[in-house]
Amino acid sequence: MPLPAGSVRFLGRKLFRLLYTIQGLGAFALITIGVILKKARVARRVVWPLIFKETARAGVRLLPMFLFLAGALGLLVIGQTVSWLTRVGAINYLGTIMIIVVVRELGPLLAALLLLARTGTANVVELGTARATGEIEALEALGIDPVHYLVMPRVLGMMLGVFSLTIYLILGSLASGYLWAFLQDVPLRPAEYFRQLADALTGLDFALVGLKTLAFGFIIAIVTCYHGLAQPLRLEEISYATVRAVAQSVIGCVLMDTLVIMVYLAV
Amino acid sequence: METSPPKTEPPIIEMKGVSVGSMRDQSVTVLKDVDWETKPGDYWILAGLQGTGKSDFLMMAAGLMPPATGTYRLWGEPMPIFDEARLPIRLRLGVVFDGGQLFNHLTVAGNIALPLRYHRNLPEEAVLEQTQRWMEATELESWADSTPGNLARNWQKRAGLARALILQPEILLVDNPLGGLDLRHANWWLRFLDQLSKGHPLMEGRPVTLVVTASDLRPWQNRAKQFAILREHQFVVLGTWTQLEAASQELLHELLVTERQG
Repeated sequence: MPLPAGSVRFLGRKLFRLLYTIQGLGAFALITIGVILKKARVARRVVWPLIFKETARAGVRLLPMFLFLAGALGLLVIGQTVSWLTRVGAINYLGTIMIIVVVRELGPLLAALLLLARTGTANVVELGTARATGEIEALEALGIDPVHYLVMPRVLGMMLGVFSLTIYLILGSLASGYLWAFLQDVPLRPAEYFRQLADALTGLDFALVGLKTLAFGFIIAIVTCYHGLAQPLRLEEISYATVRAVAQSVIGCVLMDTLVIMVYLAV
Repeated sequence: METSPPKTEPPIIEMKGVSVGSMRDQSVTVLKDVDWETKPGDYWILAGLQGTGKSDFLMMAAGLMPPATGTYRLWGEPMPIFDEARLPIRLRLGVVFDGGQLFNHLTVAGNIALPLRYHRNLPEEAVLEQTQRWMEATELESWADSTPGNLARNWQKRAGLARALILQPEILLVDNPLGGLDLRHANWWLRFLDQLSKGHPLMEGRPVTLVVTASDLRPWQNRAKQFAILREHQFVVLGTWTQLEAASQELLHELLVTERQG
């Protein structure tokens, strides 16, 4: 039985909107990459301090929250896993499980999602407000490329931010996980715990975690900046733009994660 | 001996058959068939009621959007200019927005200094010195460390003016400078624009070509040199104040009425 015409139109609209968004995001990403490559040394006295500021905002300033989360993650995931593995006598698999759960998956994804919540949403609101109040036109009138001045620092800052925070989150979680296991009297010496972790880690883990976190930062920055900046926006539309940016960033990060898992499985 | 014809100065702005779209929605045409030239030393007032497209026209002239149809050249270069190679030409034109359009993440001093820091590779001391000079000229010293949100509209507009002038443009487009100002600030703007037109000391005495939008023609009598009216999608060039007075009363009535009726 054919679909009712209304449903076809609805699906068609959704599909076109999706394709339009993908096209817009792709073009915006390419423009940003072009600007980063071409203008990295232009107006360094103005733009480089902005890159440091954005890196601090997306990284250093979130460190206390991430250390707290690392402790909690250690308790919630690692402490429990260690405790269960001990009970079933599978403590030798601890390193492998830790690397899969914390290093490859939970650490990078959690860091990216938290950064999206804390800094990504602020990007949409700040840039959306600047767009709605005419600040972007003022930049263009002064001959300042908004992508260079507003987007490039955010993209580089968020890439570095996700990368560094993921490292801190992983290290903190692994350490606090052992602490929780130790408090539960699990018969596992620190040297053995870290030996298992080191054995389970491969060179590919380092490379792909690095690439994955940088890609997460890039995706979040591009999607949030695109929704704040790339289209005409009125003040009342900023909240909708923020919701769209969050949803699309999550989808983008999960798709990127899936791609990386496929690489892991293929190698 | 053969005499050469008198030299005519090439136009700064040259528009032929230009149509202007709205900044909000470029599919909506606000002005049609604009043929207009601006030469060095001109002082234009583009007058029209609200909604006649003055700001849209000025933003198009500033190169923030392309003309919907027709050709627009700035010093002979097709506009808009976005490429780096022609940016120096683009920077010879300054824009002052109606509301100042200051950057909220910067202080007033930071706003004024930004173009200089971005485009000129000057030592920080030179940037601060020039910023200070422009803040003094626009009486903004006491607001230097304030963010735009703490400034009244009067002062925001002046900060926008100082920011546009710090790169010493040769032509300045000013959107509705007197809109929403009290008499003291309005008189300050009139005097300051006069100084710019004649040669301000901070511009090394070089006259700045001015294009100003307004909704009331009266304050500009004996100040501006040329006048044009924007009305019902048309851009009507009137010429001098004398020519303006001779123009159709119907055309000018709305912009010269002394008292609102009713």
